[in-house]
Amino acid sequence: MKIKRSRGERIFSIFNYLFLTVLMIICIYPVWYVAMASFSKSNLLTQHFGLLLKPLGFSLDAYKKVFQNPMIMRGYANTIFILVVGVTFDLVMTSLGAYFLSRKRVMFKRPIMLLVIFTMFFSGGMIPFYLNLKDLHLTNSHWGLIIPFMINTHNLIILRTSFESIPDSLVEAAQIDGAGHFTILVKVVVPLSKAILAVMILYYGVSIWNAWFWASAIIRTREMYPLQVILREILMQNDVASMSAGAGASDAEAIGMSIKYATIIVATVPILCVYPFLQKHFTKGTMVGAVKE
Amino acid sequence: MNKRSFTYRIRKDWLRNKALYVLVIPVLVFYILFHYKPMYGAIIAFKDYTPTLGVAKSEWVGFANFTRFFNSIYFGRLIRNTISLSVYNLLFGFPAPIILALLLNEVRGKKFKSLAQTVTYLPHFISLIVVAGMITDFSLTTGLFNDIIAFFGGQRSPLLQNPKLYRSIYVSSSIWQEIGWGSIIYLSALAGVDSQLYEAAQIDGAGKWKQLINITLPSIAPTIIIMFILKTGSLMNMGYEKTILLYNPATYETADIISSHIYRVGLLEQDWSYSTAIGLFNSVINFALLLFTNKMSKRYSETSLW
Repeated sequence: MKIKRSRGERIFSIFNYLFLTVLMIICIYPVWYVAMASFSKSNLLTQHFGLLLKPLGFSLDAYKKVFQNPMIMRGYANTIFILVVGVTFDLVMTSLGAYFLSRKRVMFKRPIMLLVIFTMFFSGGMIPFYLNLKDLHLTNSHWGLIIPFMINTHNLIILRTSFESIPDSLVEAAQIDGAGHFTILVKVVVPLSKAILAVMILYYGVSIWNAWFWASAIIRTREMYPLQVILREILMQNDVASMSAGAGASDAEAIGMSIKYATIIVATVPILCVYPFLQKHFTKGTMVGAVKE
Repeated sequence: MNKRSFTYRIRKDWLRNKALYVLVIPVLVFYILFHYKPMYGAIIAFKDYTPTLGVAKSEWVGFANFTRFFNSIYFGRLIRNTISLSVYNLLFGFPAPIILALLLNEVRGKKFKSLAQTVTYLPHFISLIVVAGMITDFSLTTGLFNDIIAFFGGQRSPLLQNPKLYRSIYVSSSIWQEIGWGSIIYLSALAGVDSQLYEAAQIDGAGKWKQLINITLPSIAPTIIIMFILKTGSLMNMGYEKTILLYNPATYETADIISSHIYRVGLLEQDWSYSTAIGLFNSVINFALLLFTNKMSKRYSETSLW
């Protein structure tokens, strides 16, 4: 059934498209600017004012400097290690928890659920958390960035809700065949939850890739810094002098700018490549009302 | 009788679900070790914590750390800054994704809608370091923001050094980063609205506006209320990460909030007990706020977290 639209509706529609287009430009332009600046010739960039629609000249010098920088490459390697190991641990632990909380007729499910949910609303705070990591000898180690963050309670609740929607009959059929809980989890539940698990990989992956605070708090050895902490040094503390070494003083500043932008692109592109493919599953990852039994 | 049947039930439950409880042990250990142990550790707020003595053996000092905070010259400023920043964030940041979702919901072209979603989600995935780096760079006297200001005839100035502009920069960049992502939850609520309601309303001659007021908003109200409760529950819980990246001594006057203060006093100056006390004070107020809004919502709208 198609109902003819009134004139007011058509006008609204035009403004709506217009507004959304402007919003899209605002959302994407800063990234576009940074990308274009990173490909620009650095001497032209410092003289340029205002918006950039395309690179000023074309130069990959900034990227050469970035890839020659041992610290950035080191940070990349560290982040990839933490990411691969971390996401694996996160998925295993979150699945175990979600599987338990999605079972029916389990006596201590409710108290355990309360124990879990309470942590979403109350915490001991930053300092006791830090002192605890010190107590457990997790400072100055990559494990300190993996183990204490294995389960994100939001993700756990989302995954539980998804596991709950798997028909009981499938689980019972497996039980009749003599399968234990671990087998059911691995052979029945996980294969039926591929989409939500992909979303979990993305959520955990992005949060590990972008994490910097605890790394900067607990890691003292520079060689162990993840990418974001290196990035912070370069972006916020203007530590580009060492990278532009060899250039004259005024060139150093000019090169510094484009190095900054190139670093941003190098550190951001991996994530921007992944998320559009998972976009259609995002609505599965919302959890309003999911806390309620 | 009752007691025996309880132990009987436990035994039966154990026989039935033994394997399940074994599976959940690592999860429980995780929560105890990384959530409940730090909560226990927070008792150093009432002690004079010395690392060599540990949590248990350090000396009790009662509420001394709390009174020190209440009497500190920073107390008023921190509370004021935390609440102002939160309220601004709530006032502007809360309706933004709802409006975006409503607008997206009106778009008929499927391709345009999906493109608009992909593009507006993008900033959510950019790391805070990069966002803060861009803001810092664009705010320089020679930066992009100033280029735009100058283009419209304004005066160039280092924007991030200006305490008056700090909150606007903080809040607007947060909206930029989260508007698209925040709209997902409302879009999924909107997708659940029965389309027959709209058809019936159109037959009754109700225009778009009337449909919005009488059908759309009431349908997604529970989602809005839940999100609102969650937001107010974290009113005092403004994240420290972005603050630490954006503020500097020139803007402390409006920028320094409770959590960034804890970071400086605790992690940087290592005043463990005092900073823990500030954190505990903050957590308790937050939790009370959450309980309060949840209760109010339960009473007046029958929507609540639990």
